[in-house]
Amino acid sequence: MERNYRKLWWQHCLAIICFSVIPLLFVNLSLYTIFDRIYTEKVKETLRNTVENQQDTIDLYFSERIAQLYTIANTNTFQQLTDETFLNKIFDVMHAKSTSYMDIGIIDNDGNHLAYVGPYYNLLKTVNFKNEPWFNAVKAHGIYISDIFMGFRKVPHFIIAVMVREKNTSWILRVTINMKNINDIVQKAWFGNLSDAFLINKENKLQTKPRFGGDYLEAPVLPEFSTSSMKHSTYPDFSATVGTKIERRVHQGLDAFYAATPLENTQWILILKESPDELLSPLQKGMNWAIFFTTLGLTIIATGAALFTNVLINRIKKTDRENATNSDMLLQANKMIALSKMAAGIAHEVNNPLAAIGEKAGWMKDLLVEEDIAGSKNFAEFSESLDKIEQHVDRARKIIHNLLGFARRMEPAKEKININNLLDETTGFLENEAKYVNICIEKQYAENLPVITSDLSQIQQVVLNLLNNAIDAIEHNGVITVTTRYHEKTNEVEIDVADTGKGIPESELNKIFDPFFTTKEVGKGTGLGLSISYSIIEKLGGKIRVQSKVGEGTVFTILLPKQ
Amino acid sequence: MDTLRVLIVDDEDDFRETIVKRLNARKILAEGAASGVKALQVLENKDFDVIVLDVKMPDMDGIETLRHIKKLKPEIEVIMLTGHASVEFGLKGMQLGAFDYVMKPAPLNELLDTIGQAYNKKRGLIH
Repeated sequence: MERNYRKLWWQHCLAIICFSVIPLLFVNLSLYTIFDRIYTEKVKETLRNTVENQQDTIDLYFSERIAQLYTIANTNTFQQLTDETFLNKIFDVMHAKSTSYMDIGIIDNDGNHLAYVGPYYNLLKTVNFKNEPWFNAVKAHGIYISDIFMGFRKVPHFIIAVMVREKNTSWILRVTINMKNINDIVQKAWFGNLSDAFLINKENKLQTKPRFGGDYLEAPVLPEFSTSSMKHSTYPDFSATVGTKIERRVHQGLDAFYAATPLENTQWILILKESPDELLSPLQKGMNWAIFFTTLGLTIIATGAALFTNVLINRIKKTDRENATNSDMLLQANKMIALSKMAAGIAHEVNNPLAAIGEKAGWMKDLLVEEDIAGSKNFAEFSESLDKIEQHVDRARKIIHNLLGFARRMEPAKEKININNLLDETTGFLENEAKYVNICIEKQYAENLPVITSDLSQIQQVVLNLLNNAIDAIEHNGVITVTTRYHEKTNEVEIDVADTGKGIPESELNKIFDPFFTTKEVGKGTGLGLSISYSIIEKLGGKIRVQSKVGEGTVFTILLPKQ
Repeated sequence: MDTLRVLIVDDEDDFRETIVKRLNARKILAEGAASGVKALQVLENKDFDVIVLDVKMPDMDGIETLRHIKKLKPEIEVIMLTGHASVEFGLKGMQLGAFDYVMKPAPLNELLDTIGQAYNKKRGLIH
């Protein structure tokens, strides 16, 4: 039965690849996952530090502003400060070392703007703030930092106001803070090309100008999209953040790190956004290397598996071929045993009648001599017929003796034999016969042939048989080459008998060792020669093989063990 | 006692009878026995110089018969008639005291030669 080697190849190859690739992928993936987790943690930690530092800076800024206002309010009297000339002087001093303030004003308990120094003098001097939300808040809390609002001047701004109680009255010192300063501080957190930082109030309205999307008092807009559908995607809402919050979040299809922390001095929340592509670019690089090495590994494994499987399949093929040959030989040997038993049986059964026929014919011959029928007209016919009967009985007898020779089971003798000498002697028997039909016997002997222990006469019989066959195959004009070789590895001696005869067709090659198989004319060959040779060589522990090509010739190879 | 006396033991009637006739025609006193048992019966009353004994017979085979003959009359020479080309039976017979073995079917001349040799040996022993 022929194996499907191709299927086997694939099965084996895939099995190797699977068992190698699965652990490789597993290790690589777990390493990557662990590394990714650690790295992401690290990034988050960095982000936390950044956002908290930033928050500290902003809070410090506000604390300083408040402290400055307190100082001004409490070191100067209401009278002094309502004097706009004096207030101007104060504002100049404040302005000298800081660009934080845009204007300054003093407001009484009823909301009247008593004094103002700043660029919006005409607009604001006459305004009453009684109904402004911040006015009520400062009256309630004493200190108030407003959200961004448009106010009377219709420009986004925010104020810091402090209420001062003096004797029975109270008044309010109010400054407008330059938006640029706050923006500058917040914008220091714009690290990479895609990061953003801004402040929002409790209503999720922008308090500083973000880097990418959205304007003051609007909800922040995600920056990365220029497509119309995404243009108005808002940031995740962090307006309710209480403590510092760091998270990686996929919001509206955008993967980003967010850090949010509330400010202490105001109701505002600082938000940082970082692009993971940027933050995790070393990780991405690592992953690229991992993919590269994994692919390289896979290629090596696949190549190795293919090469190894090739070797293995070739070995299996070879073993299969050997097994097939062995089982062929076993089959042949079994056939031989069965046939030899049958041959022995037939020989015995035929023997007795043959003997009786022979004797009867002999008796008749005896009688022909005695009686006086020599003169009868058919005497010659009788005599000739009896001769023929005896002749054919003799022929049958020879066949049966050959058969029995094939069937007999004698223990082979053990002698020390020099094969080269044996071949010389054997070819000597036939040299004259060969010369007569112009056949040359060439000898190619190996010098290193050891002396072997075997049965001389039986080997001689086989060689003689092969030589006879060779002569018959050539008929006229040809060469018989007798070669000897020594196989040191297997400790065997090889005898080749090659002829330049007509060759044996492939269809007959496997039958030539069968008993009674002959290509010779009826009466010329019994068909037992090669089968007897076969059983002799088998019994001696050797092998006999044949190779033949029609028109080129036949080579019989005998392998004999040294012992 | 100059005439050579031969007993042919074979179960094949045609073969045995013809051999007997042919031997008689050659001035040999030959007699036939169809089986080992019959041969032993004949031997009780008569003496022979040579016995030709077939190896393969029903009931009592040649080897068995040979044993009895050698017990009964050890001086008679026995020739084993074997169908086997192997020396197996021949050798066994010779171990048991047979003179020689001849392969069946043998030409009568060959058999006569062997019988002659056996007879000479027996006479050599007696004289």
